[in-house]
Amino acid sequence: MIEDPGVRDRTRADGTAPSTARAPWIVRVRSVSPFVMATAALVAAVLIGVTQGTTAIPLSTTVAMLLDRLPFIAVPVDAPESWSRIVFDVRLPRVAAAGLVGAALAYSGTAYQGVFRNPLAEPFLLGVASGAALGASIAIASPLPIDSYGFAWVPLFAFGGACLAVTLVYALSRTGNLTDNATLLLAGIALSAVASAITSFLLLTGGPNTYPIFSFLFGGFNTASWPRLLVAVPYVAVGALLVLVQARALNVLQLDEEQAAHLGVDVKRTRLLVLAGASVIAAAAVAVAGIIGFVGLIVPHAVRMIAGNDYRRLLPLTAILGATFVILVDLAARRVLAPQEVPVGIVTQILGAPFFLYLLRRGRSAGSL
Amino acid sequence: MTPPPLLEVRDLSVQIAGRALLDGVSLSLQAGELVGVIGPNGAGKTTLLRAITGRVARGGTIHLDGAPIEALRGRERARSVAVVEQLPEAPPTMRVSELAMLGRFPHLGLLGRETSRDVAITRDAMTRAGCLDLAERLIGTLSGGERRRAFIARALAQEPRLLLLDEPTAALDASAQGEVFEVIRTLADDGAGALVVVHDLSLAAAWCDRLLLLHGGAVVASGDPREVITAEHLAHVYGPFVTLLTHPDTGRPLVVPTGLDARVGIDARP
Repeated sequence: MIEDPGVRDRTRADGTAPSTARAPWIVRVRSVSPFVMATAALVAAVLIGVTQGTTAIPLSTTVAMLLDRLPFIAVPVDAPESWSRIVFDVRLPRVAAAGLVGAALAYSGTAYQGVFRNPLAEPFLLGVASGAALGASIAIASPLPIDSYGFAWVPLFAFGGACLAVTLVYALSRTGNLTDNATLLLAGIALSAVASAITSFLLLTGGPNTYPIFSFLFGGFNTASWPRLLVAVPYVAVGALLVLVQARALNVLQLDEEQAAHLGVDVKRTRLLVLAGASVIAAAAVAVAGIIGFVGLIVPHAVRMIAGNDYRRLLPLTAILGATFVILVDLAARRVLAPQEVPVGIVTQILGAPFFLYLLRRGRSAGSL
Repeated sequence: MTPPPLLEVRDLSVQIAGRALLDGVSLSLQAGELVGVIGPNGAGKTTLLRAITGRVARGGTIHLDGAPIEALRGRERARSVAVVEQLPEAPPTMRVSELAMLGRFPHLGLLGRETSRDVAITRDAMTRAGCLDLAERLIGTLSGGERRRAFIARALAQEPRLLLLDEPTAALDASAQGEVFEVIRTLADDGAGALVVVHDLSLAAAWCDRLLLLHGGAVVASGDPREVITAEHLAHVYGPFVTLLTHPDTGRPLVVPTGLDARVGIDARP
């Protein structure tokens, strides 16, 4: 929606401004501030993420090194070569991976919520993450040629697993009541259980592949590297674009399907495109960092409270704040019990499960579940 | 030569699972007309609307401004025909202004942004639907009548030539019913055509230019309310539990429940 200063002024001039205490409705609709705040938060999270670690590198030096790498900017940097390696080869890829995965999970969560019209839909709860992890594990366990980063086939198989999972969940939930949130979640849980069981079987019988699968599933970001990250970027970019193009249709789909159809939305096509896009993104996130639950629930919920119901704003904002959130969670995961690391997925589950229960209870008391 | 009617339905039939829900229904509607569709539950009123909007497979022809309606697809159709369903849904946290603005969807490309013109049209739609003062309110906080007007605003923001409403006054109190029909009447007076499914016969007779009485999927009568709501038609379609009166001021039909007295037989009336 759009702000039109002229209309806003007229609203005041002719005295027909809404009687509520809030500003006239048009004022709110294109405020830039949430984006500015979110971006500022992301920049801060990146800087903290890059600065913190066992080797103490001052913030000013880190910023200087980062700026110096940007094109057309030369900043004198007074730092040993090893610092540069720590920042650019260890910390920055890790922060970038956390950011990409956080953005991907939050964005796909928002998209799933829109297309299922269910505030509790997200990759982990839908079983999409488990499906993607199974696909990825099969790729690792298979005799397919896997390059030194172990990665060329993994995102593709993860996507296959994610698509299979989302198709099954969708089909299962459609046989029940369409607006029944519980059916969708139960289908997701059942599917997750099956996918996890098969993944566990692969782990136990994997022989030499056991360790690669295991470190992939619980890897988090400690194995992050630029090549592994860059393989996932095109998947995320394509998926994000697919979903973003449907943002206005998702806005209309917040109404019921009949209304959406009457307003000219091709409901089936929109659903297919958004589910495909969201699943590509979720699969890429899983391929980078294994299963990280609840990010797609926590972040979109918080953003909805700030930014309202317009998917054209929601989607980019959830991406920015999802990145911020996971960078910070990863920071906590590697610093709280330092030098020992806690896998990120464990932290998000400890944070996310109570939040999920809170939403579930609130939904039930409001009669929407 | 007179221009073709805004909406012309000929010999419409709908069958679902071998059962005829509509059979040979014809009607026409001119721009500026408010036509009510009446009939008991299961008469095919909602099916008629769904057939016009292409939501169910049908036989027969439907023309909009003289052109087959199926030539219009998706957003193109939504720019000409707006529909307000019986129980439309919207998230309780959505604002009335946001809901109304969704009516601009068919006028914008997938990536288009609303311009100040869209904002102005949405404002105008809310004004005409009598809900501009509700613009900032959340859907979940509205009363039944306010909610209906919010969805009508969304439909008006589509700038339709034809408005289809399915029981827009169901479950509303008498004053809210009057307010909603006042809105619809004004739209028709401003040149749009409106086809409205109404349960309340007196309400339909009071506000509509013409009525279409459906029974078992077929048209029993159509035309001026006084010719459609007759004692004979009422007895045929609605049975013995209603009585026909005439409004003392307007002369339009009034249908009131007969109640207990009907059990001893209509003939027992003085």
